[in-house]
Amino acid sequence: MSAEIKFSSEELARYSRHIILPEFNIEGQKKLKKGKVLVVGTGGLGAPLLLYLAAAGVGTIGMVDFDVVDDSNLQRQVLFTRDDIGQPKVIAAKKRLEALNPYIKFVAHQTALTSDNAMDIIKDYDVIADGTDNFPTRYLVNDACVLLGKVNVYASIYRFEGQATVFNYTDKLGITGPNYRDLFPTPPPPGLVPSCAEGGVLGVLPGILGSIQASEVIKVLSGVGETLNGRLFLFDAATFETRTLKIKRRKDNPLNGDNPTQKGLIDYQQFCGFEKPSDHAEKFPVKTINVKQLHNLISQKANIQIVDVREAYEYEIANIHGELMPKSEVAHHVQKIAKDKQVIVHCRSGKRSADVIELLQEKYGFENLYNLEGGILAWAKEIDHSMATY
Amino acid sequence: MAKIIIPTPLRKFTSNQAAVAVQSGTVIESIRDLTFQYPDLDKHLFNEDQQLRGFVRVFIGEDDIEDLQGHDTPVQQGDTISIIPAIAGGI
Repeated sequence: MSAEIKFSSEELARYSRHIILPEFNIEGQKKLKKGKVLVVGTGGLGAPLLLYLAAAGVGTIGMVDFDVVDDSNLQRQVLFTRDDIGQPKVIAAKKRLEALNPYIKFVAHQTALTSDNAMDIIKDYDVIADGTDNFPTRYLVNDACVLLGKVNVYASIYRFEGQATVFNYTDKLGITGPNYRDLFPTPPPPGLVPSCAEGGVLGVLPGILGSIQASEVIKVLSGVGETLNGRLFLFDAATFETRTLKIKRRKDNPLNGDNPTQKGLIDYQQFCGFEKPSDHAEKFPVKTINVKQLHNLISQKANIQIVDVREAYEYEIANIHGELMPKSEVAHHVQKIAKDKQVIVHCRSGKRSADVIELLQEKYGFENLYNLEGGILAWAKEIDHSMATY
Repeated sequence: MAKIIIPTPLRKFTSNQAAVAVQSGTVIESIRDLTFQYPDLDKHLFNEDQQLRGFVRVFIGEDDIEDLQGHDTPVQQGDTISIIPAIAGGI
């Protein structure tokens, strides 16, 4: 298979520690060079993944991300430096990785992975490494991998805790192992498991889990060792507790169970409960105010109330003197929210506050609530440049 | 007694306890003992039909209870029960 793969003397020198590794040797290295890996998300998991896969000599490395580098990324996304801030992540990553390894090919997909483009992007790769940060994309990557017969090397993190496994792996006997839908048939309701942006994450944790992912990708490509196929690895950095649990395929998997019902990709936002607006929400859309308008109101000492629905630890980083009522506790504070004057509700970026306003309007009949567009991040960007962002 | 390890996203419902001692018996009895001690957990673990929710898996030792005897799987003294929820973070 890999007979046509040749190495220059520089490459042989570069990869010598692999080549002298028993079991791995030149054949393993050839398989890496022949391999095509797509890393979805160039963030905390993507950073070590990309660095190690590039260093190891995987022949073609694709990366998908729509985002740009932000200062708050540098706490864990070790691919980037301050010079990259504001640059598209895939462009900054490609530049960094090309400087590391000139003997391999990089492909930058500067886009969000969606139901419309996922099959087209993923079809050209052998192995997909999922380093995304939300449930809709997790299910999208999984389903596309199962439908296209690709291996999905998976890791996810939350605060101090990480999970890793290899999904949809077909072993030497031709038996395909479990996928994400066997492990978790349905996603949690929106809001129960906050994102790392809301819940926080230990910076080194994605370094550990992303490195495990890189190791599994290299094992899948080279055929060396035993992958995490059928096993879920759990790691708690806080207690240093590790567990490896057995996972199996389920008969009712809609993609490849006994009676498959799903033949293509679906609407993953809807699947994950990010419903289209309800009738009430359509009739009473969330009103908004921008940071300049709010700044004017404050300057004029207007009679307004500002409600901050972030967590206390976020409030400590930066605040605009709003009354702190974390999203999960808002229902207990309803009586503290004025009904007779303009109330501005804000969070970090404007998403949580919009959810809170929808709830307050629908359940408690508020009509005087305004969502601060772009949240406190927009305030830091446009009004108070000295304010810390996160 | 057996031990249930509580995953990070659910610790806000267990006063931040990472592990809770529960009655042994069957796995459903052990989990019911947990939700008796921490009632707020109940709706996050079970749906209206009292089935475990699709984003939560329960293991005894290293085995999924679905691959054993489901809710009726016996729990021995000293067993470790893991509740594993889906998490999605990556960046």
